[in-house]
Amino acid sequence: MSATANNPSNPTGQLSGTRLLELYQTMVLSRYLDERVWLLNRQGKAAIAASAQGHEATQVACVEATDPSKDHYLIYYRQFAAMMALGTTPEEMLRGFLAKEADPMSAARQFPLHGAHPRVDLFNFSNVIATQLPQAAGVALADKLKGSDAVTVVFFGDGASSQGDTHEAMNFAGVHKLPVIFFCENNRYAISVPIEKQMGVESVASRAIGYGFPGVQVDGTDVAAVHEVTKAAVERARAGEGPTLIEASVERLLPHTTDDDHTRYRSAEDIAQMAERDPVKILSDLLKRRDLLTDDADEEIHAAAKKRVNVATDTVDAEPYPSVDTMFDHVVDSVGGKF
Amino acid sequence: MGEQTVIEAVRATLQSEMRRDDSVIVLGEDVGSRGGVFLATDGLIDEFGENRVIDTPLAESSICGVALGAAVNGLRSIAEIQFADFVWPAINQLVGEASKVRYGTNGVKTAPMTVRIPYGGGVRGGLYHSQSIEVLFSHTPGLSVVAPATPYDAKGLLATAIRTDDPVIVLEHKRTYRLVKGDVPDEDYTIPIGKAEIKRPGTDMTIVTYGLMLHYALQAAEMAAASGIDVEVLDLRTLRPLDADAIAESASRTGKALIVQEDTPAVSISSEVAAIIGERCFFDLDGPITRLGPPELPPMPFSPIQEAAFMPSPEKILAAITKLSEI
Repeated sequence: MSATANNPSNPTGQLSGTRLLELYQTMVLSRYLDERVWLLNRQGKAAIAASAQGHEATQVACVEATDPSKDHYLIYYRQFAAMMALGTTPEEMLRGFLAKEADPMSAARQFPLHGAHPRVDLFNFSNVIATQLPQAAGVALADKLKGSDAVTVVFFGDGASSQGDTHEAMNFAGVHKLPVIFFCENNRYAISVPIEKQMGVESVASRAIGYGFPGVQVDGTDVAAVHEVTKAAVERARAGEGPTLIEASVERLLPHTTDDDHTRYRSAEDIAQMAERDPVKILSDLLKRRDLLTDDADEEIHAAAKKRVNVATDTVDAEPYPSVDTMFDHVVDSVGGKF
Repeated sequence: MGEQTVIEAVRATLQSEMRRDDSVIVLGEDVGSRGGVFLATDGLIDEFGENRVIDTPLAESSICGVALGAAVNGLRSIAEIQFADFVWPAINQLVGEASKVRYGTNGVKTAPMTVRIPYGGGVRGGLYHSQSIEVLFSHTPGLSVVAPATPYDAKGLLATAIRTDDPVIVLEHKRTYRLVKGDVPDEDYTIPIGKAEIKRPGTDMTIVTYGLMLHYALQAAEMAAASGIDVEVLDLRTLRPLDADAIAESASRTGKALIVQEDTPAVSISSEVAAIIGERCFFDLDGPITRLGPPELPPMPFSPIQEAAFMPSPEKILAAITKLSEI
């Protein structure tokens, strides 16, 4: 089963205008912070960053359809806006990028966005692509055995869809009808390898039929549409009806990471075209058409975001790195740093 | 107290731990109504049902990845890998992921998971049912690796593994499953990870070993006793972390060390044990640190004559004892 969710006659979907405006503010703040991190990389302060620019609408809308008080989020390295939507502060985000002692995810042992969140059940154990998918099936299995109605959302990119772990995880989840949402953010590039060299089918979502659950394609720049399909998948999972595979089409507006240069493999035309699918711009235009946002109010939102990011940057830049002795904290019980 | 084989001790321990703690689950290929290919899980599905005894698809990475995910969400999972030779697809989830959960999340998450892996040869297993795979796991900070060789140790170490809040690899030598019998107390007990045990005290020489080779070493020690050589046999029991204190104490006391293993020697457990003895016992030794293992070939030929030639044996160990004692 494959469906495309899009309803032009009802552009805000199940979301109120007020809520949509709040999500827009989160997206703008995420965008400014994301831009700041790239700047900090060019200043030599942030060793590495992967941008979510272009993915913001999808991530914010997906999170909006879930319940952070009980649901689980297995993210990958590009989930910048998802982490913001789940309440991570700009200071907390920057502590990860600047590898500061107070980094809440891993105390700066890992790359940014890796480790585990202190307040929400959001985690990302490694840089290795697609390993989170079988783990998500295990998390969902535990909920099913415990009788919990929590839902597990596991994010991955089109690159991860080629991994064997993706197949194994979906197969296992399909067998056990697990409460898990496989959420693919398809930006059409695995670093430099375009989608037509990654798969011989039209969509990632079409593969769901091989696992016995629905696969849905959605425009990942459309907040209302992503919210709607995710909400349906969440309800399906809570009702014990099993997994859903969602494929959101998005643009990766920047290169893969701060170490990449996409002009080596993307045409100037391609790069220019994708700018038209900037989700922040699309939502801004929509809100203005619906009289939910004025030009002046939009400027205020941008100014406030910029100011917030400046404050966070100054704060975190002055914070200490972890001391050497904390390197020996939290080794496994039975080993204790000995060999 | 009753006599059990190793496999009977494993099965009884899985059962008692599942009775003791409702959060314990077992998953793997054929662990359900088949009861596992070695019958380690025989009968568990009847008592605990298919929610807690899960027959998985034939896919080792997801067996271990699912076990890891379940473990970080409140369960104690026990994954069974059918044969050690099949564990490679799961290395990413074990060496890459599970080992780093506590460290990589700064202690926010832990992974109370156990992976049981039948390993080792001498069973006419050929290249793909005979492998010793302990070195890769033993090289990995964040994993604990135990290799019990007796029914008593199998019960105590498996119980410890299941109750530990971090990943533990339990290596069960499949030749010992039905070959080795021993008394196993009915009452609950555990054996700490990281503690070796002197299985035979002696004064002239120390053999450091583990797994099936423990039993061959004990036989060789008895044969050597007839020639007046009193051999101590130290069973490592845990391969990570190694019990360096026990190794050094015994080697220093006897003055001679012979390390016996079934795995190929290059860059192996015996390499590490030799390094420990070299670093800590140099001035107490009166002979070279000696290693006995199979030839550096892919383990191990299917042909019975070649298999026997590949495997260390009590006779080969006796020859090494005799040679070292004459130095």
